[in-house]
Amino acid sequence: MTTPNRPAPSKPLPRPANKALSKPFWDAAKRHELVMQRCNACSGWIFYPREQCPVCFSQDLGWAPVSGRGRVYAFTIVHQPGNPAFAGDSPYVFATIQLDEGVRVVSNVVGIDPHQVKVDMPVVATYDDVSPEWTLVKFQPTAS
Amino acid sequence: MSLRGKAAIVGIGETPHKRDWPGRTMYGLCAEVAAQAIKDAGLKREDIDGLITFGSNVYPSTMAEYTGIRPIHFASQVGLMGSTSGVALTVAAGMVAAGVANYILFVAGGARDKDNPEASDRPSQVAGAMSEFITPFGPAAGANTNYGMMYSRHMYQYGSKPEQFAKFAVNQRFNAAKNPLAAMRDPITVDDVLNSRYVNEPLHLLECVMPVAGAIAFIVTTPERARTLRQPPVYLLGTGIAQGVEQSWLTPDFCTTPTAISAPRALEMAGYGIKDMQFAEFYDCYTILVGACLEDAGVCPKGEIGNWIDATDTTYKGSFPVNTDGGQLSAGQLNGTGASGCQQLVESVRQLRGEAGECQVAKHDLCIANFNGGSPSNECTVVLGTAAAL
Repeated sequence: MTTPNRPAPSKPLPRPANKALSKPFWDAAKRHELVMQRCNACSGWIFYPREQCPVCFSQDLGWAPVSGRGRVYAFTIVHQPGNPAFAGDSPYVFATIQLDEGVRVVSNVVGIDPHQVKVDMPVVATYDDVSPEWTLVKFQPTAS
Repeated sequence: MSLRGKAAIVGIGETPHKRDWPGRTMYGLCAEVAAQAIKDAGLKREDIDGLITFGSNVYPSTMAEYTGIRPIHFASQVGLMGSTSGVALTVAAGMVAAGVANYILFVAGGARDKDNPEASDRPSQVAGAMSEFITPFGPAAGANTNYGMMYSRHMYQYGSKPEQFAKFAVNQRFNAAKNPLAAMRDPITVDDVLNSRYVNEPLHLLECVMPVAGAIAFIVTTPERARTLRQPPVYLLGTGIAQGVEQSWLTPDFCTTPTAISAPRALEMAGYGIKDMQFAEFYDCYTILVGACLEDAGVCPKGEIGNWIDATDTTYKGSFPVNTDGGQLSAGQLNGTGASGCQQLVESVRQLRGEAGECQVAKHDLCIANFNGGSPSNECTVVLGTAAAL
C-alpha cells in the first residue's frame, strides 16, 4: 500500500490587514531597509501600522527610517510551533525586540544558538527574502 | 434600584455612509468614530475607561490596542445582532451607575472593501498585528508565545526561577489528587515539572494547561431571592475589570498584568485588603500567569513571587491556598468554545459553602478570584464571601 504524497506545509507569508497602508514597510524590507510608521502630528512611532495615531488620533501619518538596532526585550525558544510548517526549524527563537527608537516588534533572533540568546542582548536587523514578493525583518546579535 | 435616570449619552461619532470604503478597515473606521465621539463629548482619550465592542469577532483588547483607548475599568463584547447597541447601552448604564467605570465607549463598523473582505468585516481572520507581523515568524500554539516571553522577562527582571514557578503546578496537583472531577490526579514533583519537555522555553509541558471536555454553569440573583433558596448564598462583595491590549509585548512592562488595576478595585469595593483573603482561585493557563497575577493582586511586592512561593504553602492545607481544586493546570481547562475561567468561580462557591470535600480549606468565608483572557489582555478580579463576610 502506498502512502499518498501530502504537500509539505508552507510557512505563512504576511497577510496585511490593510495592504496599501503597510506597503511602505514591506517595500523597504525588500530593499533591506527598516522603516516605521510615524505620526506627523505628535512624532510618535507606531507599530504595527494603523490608519490613525493611537496617541493623538491624527490621521496625518508618515514613514521614517530607523536604525535597525535594538535589544532583546523578551524571548521564548519554540519547541512546538503552532504551525507545523516551522517544525524543521525548531528549536528557534521568537522574541520581542525593542528598537533603539523605543518602538517594539516581534521577530526571530537568528545566527546564534538559541540557548545563547539573553534578554537585553544587542541585536541588529537582518533581512530574509522568504519569497520573491516578501522579505521578513529578522534580528541577529551584534556588538553593543 | 432602577436604572431610570442613572446614565446619559454624552458623545457620538459617525462616518459618512458609503457602499464600500476601499483602503480602510473595520478597526481604522472604528478608531475614527471613537475619536469623534470623544471630541464631541469634550473628553480626552485617557478619560474613556470602558469599551464595548460588537460581537465575538471583535476583541476589546484589539480595539483598545488599535485605537489607543485604554478601557482600564470595563470591557465587554455584546453580540445580539440588531439589538446590540440597545443592550450595550443598558450594560454600560448599569456599569456607570454601579461605579465600575466612568465613561464607556461603544463602537461598531465595517469597511465592506471587496478587495479586502477579511480586514473590513471579518477581523477575527486578519486583525491587529497577528496575520501580518506575527504568524510569519512561527509563534508557538495559542497563547504560549507571549507567556513564554513574559516568563523570560520575569526571570531577567526579577531573578525568579523555573523551580519556583514549578511549585505552583506541584501544589495544585497535590490539591487535584483530592478532587474527583480533575483530569490529572497523580502527584508530581518539582523535578517532574522541570524534566517535562519544553513546549516553548522556559515553559515546560507541566506548566501549561491541557484543554479538556466538560461544561460548567452558575446562576445569579438578588440577595433577597438568594436567601429564600436552598443553598447558603455566596455574595459578590467586590469586582474589578481591567482591559489591556491583545499583544502584551506592546505594553510598557510585559510582566505587569491588568490585575494590578482590577484586584485593588475589587478589594476596595469589598472593603477588604488582600491580607484578609483566606484563599485564592486564580486563572492559571500557565504557572507564570498565576505568579504574575498574584503579585499584581498584592500578595507580595512586585517581582517577589519566587521568594513568596518558596515561603508559602499554597495547597488546600496551607497558609494561603491557591487553586484548591487543582486549578486548570491539573483539573484541565474546560475549553469548548474557548476557556471561560468559570472553574475558578465555581470552586470559589464550593469552598465558601464548605462543600469542597477532601480539598476543603479550613477558613472559608472570604476569597479572591481572578479571571484572565488573552496574553494577558482581559482581567477581572472578584471578592466573594459568605453571609459572615457581608
